[in-house]
Amino acid sequence: MRRIINRRPGRGGVLFWGLLPFAAACAVYAVASAMRLAANPNDKLLPPLSALGEAIARVAFSPDARTGDYLLWVDTAASLQRLGLGLGVSLLIALVLGIAIGLIPYVRAGLAPFVAILSMIPPMAVLPVLFIVFGLDELSKVVLIVFGVVPFLIRDLAGRVGEIPREQLIKAQTLGASSWQIVVRVVLPQMVPRLVDALRLSLGPAWLFLISAEAIAATEGLGYRIFLVRRYMAMDVILPYVAWITLLAFVSDYLLRRFNSRFFPWMQAGKGPS
Amino acid sequence: MSHVSVRGVWKEYPNQVVLERVNLEIPSGEFCALVGPSGCGKTTFLRMLLGEESPSRGSILLDGEPLVAEPGPERGVVFQRYSVFPHLTALQNVVIGREFASSRFLARLFGAQRREAEEEAKSILATVGLGAHLNKYPAELSGGMQQRLAIAQALIRKPKILLLDEPFGALDSGTKAQMYELLLRLWAEEKMTVFMVTHDLKEGFTLATRVLAFDKVRLDPTDPGAYGATITYNLPLDEKKARMAQAEAAAAEAVPAS
Ligand SMILES: Nc1ncnc2c1ncn2[C@@H]1O[C@H](COP(=O)(O)OP(=O)(O)O)[C@@H](O)[C@H]1O
Ligand SMILES: [Mg+2]
Repeated sequence: MRRIINRRPGRGGVLFWGLLPFAAACAVYAVASAMRLAANPNDKLLPPLSALGEAIARVAFSPDARTGDYLLWVDTAASLQRLGLGLGVSLLIALVLGIAIGLIPYVRAGLAPFVAILSMIPPMAVLPVLFIVFGLDELSKVVLIVFGVVPFLIRDLAGRVGEIPREQLIKAQTLGASSWQIVVRVVLPQMVPRLVDALRLSLGPAWLFLISAEAIAATEGLGYRIFLVRRYMAMDVILPYVAWITLLAFVSDYLLRRFNSRFFPWMQAGKGPS
Repeated sequence: MSHVSVRGVWKEYPNQVVLERVNLEIPSGEFCALVGPSGCGKTTFLRMLLGEESPSRGSILLDGEPLVAEPGPERGVVFQRYSVFPHLTALQNVVIGREFASSRFLARLFGAQRREAEEEAKSILATVGLGAHLNKYPAELSGGMQQRLAIAQALIRKPKILLLDEPFGALDSGTKAQMYELLLRLWAEEKMTVFMVTHDLKEGFTLATRVLAFDKVRLDPTDPGAYGATITYNLPLDEKKARMAQAEAAAAEAVPAS
């Protein structure tokens, strides 16, 4: 017998073992749901798969009786807009401050301790402050996302800039580069893919802050809807919404990864067969 | 011209004297090999010549003028590793020197200017034997090829002084021999003053027209940081210089014929 650390699944094996937990989870759900419904046909906790399908058809493909909106799409648009704005602003701030802190000693001396302290403030604790200052609508939700992810992005990027070998920066100077030229040709191109990686790690926290803010004050949005229908124990709506949010997060993560390998081929260069 | 004068230079770090009483006069066009035990301050000395560090006492002059206190295009450098930009192809790594010089804001060249810079870069890359690898990223090149790329990159700004810190330390002996031949050829063509740190005494004597040996002359056994190293031997290899001059004259005669 070879050691277990040396035994690898083949192509089909990877697919099989990857799908197994999903299949198992579905099976456990179906069985548990059937058992509860057998005991009590009005049980709302684990609705049957057919009920989930009906709920999806209701929220996604037929207009809401009261407002005439297709709820899932209205909620998705509202949430993605907040998320996109929050993350876009965060990226810009992080790119400017992260590179400045990592590269310019005076900026580092001035801002690094401040950002370090800022990143320790629990964002949810300041949410009431944001609501008071920025009002209950869009701005405060976007600001919460920025506040939640930007300190991490800045610190991560500043660290990455610091990891650029000193030799490269010296070399650029011996080729006559100014500080600005070093930023645009040496630092920035190497930092964009790192920032995208950091952004991928920030997607989880960003969704967390978005849904929390929507749960507390909103009139539409994925988080708002989940917390609204919770009052009626509408698991048939909540579960598809959770699955949908998960899918959105997964797809955005996948697209960001593809973006990196498409536009920054040098990151993979020389790392074995491609 | 590139006459280097080092006058009474000391370098001290908080708990340690690294170099003391270093005095040197290096005429233009010499090839100096810096040898000495590990940790004796060879890299530190090179970094002072580069302008990355400044002497604690004393001064370094280039053609009679105090050395500019930060790295600049008159002094090229090749480190043992990490000298090239990983996100640029071999060709882009060399062209970038021209782009820094000619495009202040974008540091990019376009159109005819770009083609001209690329032609120049290609001819330099051909000289160092990388003509067939223009579009490879550094990670796709072997160690020796990366060092040749680093040399090509340093040459495009035509530095007066070329500083090399153990540039061939990580290479196998066959590759080393090729690199020696390349470096000597470039040195003769470009008429640069070269300072090369090496831990290989033989390498120093093979290449250089002057060998500078660094070592401590005073030692305090209770406090190893109390005294610094200095230049204990300054050996001009004059007979070799004469041979070089001969070879150069022969090359100059050969030029009109070609
Ligand atoms: N920035 C620094 N701060 C403190 N000590 C340093 C620094 N750089 C080098 N040294 C010390 O200076 C001495 C010489 O180092 P170096 O010039 O790298 O030696 P080498 O001859 O091996 O190249 C070493 O003892 C090293 O610890
Ligand atoms: Mg050294």
